[in-house]
Amino acid sequence: MANNKMKKATPVQQEYQKLAKQLEPKRPLFQNCWRAFLAGGSICVVGQAIQDMFVHWVGFNEKEASNPTVAVLILISVILTSLGVYDKFAQWAGAGSAVPVTGFANSMASAAIEHRSEGLVLGVGGKMFKLAGPVIVFGTVAAFFVGIVTLVFKGTGGGH
Amino acid sequence: MLKGHQSWIFENKPVIRASATVVGPFEGMGPLARDFDIIHGDSMLEEESWEKAEKVLIEQAAKLAIEKAGITKEQVQFHIGGDLMNQIISTSFAARTLSIPYLGVFGACSTSMESLALASALVNGGAAKFILAGTCSHNASAEKQFRYPTEYGSQKPPTAQYTVTGAGASIVSQEGEGPVVASATIGRVIDMGITDPFNMGAAMAPAAVDTIQAHFRDLQIEPGYYDLIVTGDLAKVGYEIACKLFEKHNFPIHQTEYADCGMMIYDYDTQMVQAGASGCGCSAVVTYGHLLKRMRKGEIKRMLVVATGALLSPLSFQQSESIPSIAHAVAIEAGGNLT
Repeated sequence: MANNKMKKATPVQQEYQKLAKQLEPKRPLFQNCWRAFLAGGSICVVGQAIQDMFVHWVGFNEKEASNPTVAVLILISVILTSLGVYDKFAQWAGAGSAVPVTGFANSMASAAIEHRSEGLVLGVGGKMFKLAGPVIVFGTVAAFFVGIVTLVFKGTGGGH
Repeated sequence: MLKGHQSWIFENKPVIRASATVVGPFEGMGPLARDFDIIHGDSMLEEESWEKAEKVLIEQAAKLAIEKAGITKEQVQFHIGGDLMNQIISTSFAARTLSIPYLGVFGACSTSMESLALASALVNGGAAKFILAGTCSHNASAEKQFRYPTEYGSQKPPTAQYTVTGAGASIVSQEGEGPVVASATIGRVIDMGITDPFNMGAAMAPAAVDTIQAHFRDLQIEPGYYDLIVTGDLAKVGYEIACKLFEKHNFPIHQTEYADCGMMIYDYDTQMVQAGASGCGCSAVVTYGHLLKRMRKGEIKRMLVVATGALLSPLSFQQSESIPSIAHAVAIEAGGNLT
């Protein structure tokens, strides 16, 4: 892709793009990774704690506790998004706040809040999946192909 | 009036009789806070949407500029302006309220100087006695239109810029007290093939350099003629590139002070703005607020304001188009006797 673009560019453009690239501040890769690890890990620790609470106090088994755990995390994320905190946390945390389920909830809640001014149907309803939509589409497509691969190698029988 | 290839000299010296600036809370926390006329505590401005809030910004700035000029809106012949929203709705809807005969223009973030240059040309040529020129931008409405929802948690790269919430307006008149508009250079569209919408500085820097060099070529003067040359919203990354380009072209920018509005309005240490500021409001509030105030105090006698604009749309960059950019330069001189 990048090479194709470079081929189309005139020599002057190419020279300029080289200069611009040199002067472009680099993304702090190590810092970003470290923060993503910390933030993402912390969210998972919180999730684990919530799950344990459901197991110990409500009496669910681990499997039963997973759905309410996710629901609580989503709720926390949506509340933080509404309070205007999540986007500031995300600038610090990067992928750490985007990858867990909280990031997905944030993408839907933020779009819903943003487009509320265009009405409930076309605004909230229509634009809510603006960012989450591609994740669902390609997630489903990926699941389909993984399903086929599983089918080919393991067959349908057995159930293992 | 036409001088050289793409510049105008205004021999009748149109006067910036008054100017007004209105900004949001985040700009009010920055180092230039004292130079703005109105600072809003709430970025919604008690409106229902970001877009409506943006419209109120320019309405207030326009009304205040008219009031400061000591005239009524009926005396203003034309209103020239634009903004970043699709179909320039903020300015057009404000024009509906103001009901001054209106010319909408679009030059993205260069609109501040595009409108001032056009207003000056019309006043200089006798087409009007008073013209209102102004522009506005709102951080949240720009984010919503060009990037992601405002509350969406995405990490911005260090090259990203923060759109200014603010509006600036001025009244250009044939006579009166105030800084005069001496000349203007209209820029051409330059595209160096930059495609990253999070790196506007790099996309716009070549346009700024092109217009600045054209200005001095057309007017046959040296940068030292001005006390200050200021670009609109290149921010840290674009500013550095522009400096490198001047050096490469052997352009003696060192004769004068060269600065960028996008690096003045926020405090890099306490405000999370990555490379700096951008948006129509950026060069407008810095020029009409901060710089004209400095000129009135006598700190600057002559300055060249070069507003830079990235002419992309949300659609064009999704279709992997590069970012065409433009810059317009306007020379402003302190009123009175300049030798």
